[in-house]
Amino acid sequence: MSRAATLLVAALVLAALAAVAFGAPRLLGDYLGRVLIVICINAILVASLGIGNGFTGVFSLGHVGFVAVGAYASGILSLPASAKSAYLPDLPSWLSGWHLSFLPATIAAGVICVVLAFLVGAPLMRLSGHFVSVATLGFLIIVNVVLVNADNFTRGARTFAGVPLETTLPWALGWLALTLLVLARVAYSPKGRAWRAVREDTIAAQAIGIEVLPTRLSAFVIGAFFAGVGGSLYGHYLGSFSPAAFYFAYTFALISMLVIGGMQSLTGAVVGVLLVSLLSEALRNLERGFSLGAVTVPPLYGASQIVLGVVFILIMIFRPSGVTGDLELTLGRRR
Amino acid sequence: MNPLLYILQQVINAVALGSLYALVAIGLSMVFGILRMTNFAHGDMMMVGAFATLLLGGVGLPFGWAVAAGIAAGALAGILIERAAYRPVRGAPEVTLLLTSLAVTYILENLGILIFTSSPQNFPVPDWMNNAVQLLGGQITFTQINILTVALTGVALAGLGWFVTRTDLGLGMRAAAEDIGAAHLVGLDVNRLIVVAFAIASGFAGLAGALWAAQSGVVEPNMGFTPLLKAFVAAIIGGFGSIAGALLGGYLLGALEVFIVAFLPSEISPYRDAIVFSLLIAFLLFRPNGLLSRAQEVKL
Repeated sequence: MSRAATLLVAALVLAALAAVAFGAPRLLGDYLGRVLIVICINAILVASLGIGNGFTGVFSLGHVGFVAVGAYASGILSLPASAKSAYLPDLPSWLSGWHLSFLPATIAAGVICVVLAFLVGAPLMRLSGHFVSVATLGFLIIVNVVLVNADNFTRGARTFAGVPLETTLPWALGWLALTLLVLARVAYSPKGRAWRAVREDTIAAQAIGIEVLPTRLSAFVIGAFFAGVGGSLYGHYLGSFSPAAFYFAYTFALISMLVIGGMQSLTGAVVGVLLVSLLSEALRNLERGFSLGAVTVPPLYGASQIVLGVVFILIMIFRPSGVTGDLELTLGRRR
Repeated sequence: MNPLLYILQQVINAVALGSLYALVAIGLSMVFGILRMTNFAHGDMMMVGAFATLLLGGVGLPFGWAVAAGIAAGALAGILIERAAYRPVRGAPEVTLLLTSLAVTYILENLGILIFTSSPQNFPVPDWMNNAVQLLGGQITFTQINILTVALTGVALAGLGWFVTRTDLGLGMRAAAEDIGAAHLVGLDVNRLIVVAFAIASGFAGLAGALWAAQSGVVEPNMGFTPLLKAFVAAIIGGFGSIAGALLGGYLLGALEVFIVAFLPSEISPYRDAIVFSLLIAFLLFRPNGLLSRAQEVKL
């Protein structure tokens, strides 16, 4: 079975899981349910990050900028009209009198990010190596500055509140299944081979007729769509958030998941999210302090991030392609 | 107010801010020049320097000695990080180096939070440093900290200039920046040169951290991040990898920031950082090798 076909099967399995998930909150309990939702959202974001950063080799640090735009755009769109007049009294009239429901608002967030990614990516995708990383970091900072200062739309640095809490586990799982399905279909099509060709050797890729800029841009734009979608899901999961939620800390969290899992495969992205999430949850409970018999360990805030950082560096030294490398989890024989 | 004096006042502010950016940017550029590495952890050497100054000042060391200890602590931290994290990945792709330094900055900032908590702490300075100097009947004012910042930056730069033009180690460092393989080939001890580069770069950042803290009055674990990002912009404006370029970029960026706030309408000035980073992107696109080099074609 080809990689694409097996990934398709995997995505369908996930979709089946989504159907099961309608009953999950009652089975799993609230805490685990919430952890699972966050894992699904992070998996959407990390997989879409991996398309640009891993498959095309253009290492962007600006992904969270699109996540922020997605969260704010869908939040503004889905905020009920009454809440808009309370929270955002200065919103222009063409935005204030109506609202969208969750699904169209999420798709709209993705589309807005696609448009933005075209505008940002057309110049930036010309850059390579550390230049593109620093430039996309600049994009992230610009998004943050604009969010903090565009008070009429975002309430500035204050908390943007009142977003309906719509992101349930079925929604999150369903979107994750769709994301993996689409990304797998594209990544293991001729287009996806062009992405990897551009990553491995831009000159050889050009020699066989692959245009570098449109190829990189397509990956950047597809990644941005799902970043916007993930941002919308995250916004409708949190209900209230501020620009600070979508900045360096979150960027590093997503990148560590991608790099630890392995950025050259979609399986790696998902594995990375699972590993880092489980590690963080476990460490977070230890971090609050605990006692073992006579020994009492005081709370050590920050310790879990330090462990995560050390794991990250060890991966960089000993297994720079991540846990999975470029392997995909397949059901059949690997070709 | 006399517009000329107002401009003069802003120029003084720009020089004070630009000195700090230049101190940080030079270290960033030195390390990049030799290792082709964008060292995100460089800003955290400011945090190390500032906290070391705070701790040693707190146990009664005179301020000057505490700052010297801060510089030494920054240099030591730089050497340790190079040995523990960067040397094992040396020669790896650019992105691996960048990610490793990102992880180091994450570890250091959380180590800072673990030891000192995330809330800002007061940074006491001797009283004379906060005294304002007033010229022309109070139309031009600046503090003794500003003078000290500019003076110490000048001393540090003069020292560096002497080092890289007059000593074997300094010349070796420049050779390594030119071509690290060739430097190795002619028998230079590249490891030693890299350690020296990290020590100087991190010591400069430690000094910048102490001065930054003296100016703002507080220290906190993530204090180095914003100056680091600004130093990236400064280094790239001047030409990443060039010491003179970083110096030029630091002062240009200081001037740009001060002038945006001083001369642009108040609706625009909050977007200062957006303007600064748009400039960064413009430079990366159109003059990736900075002001001091001839324009090069953008490579795909």
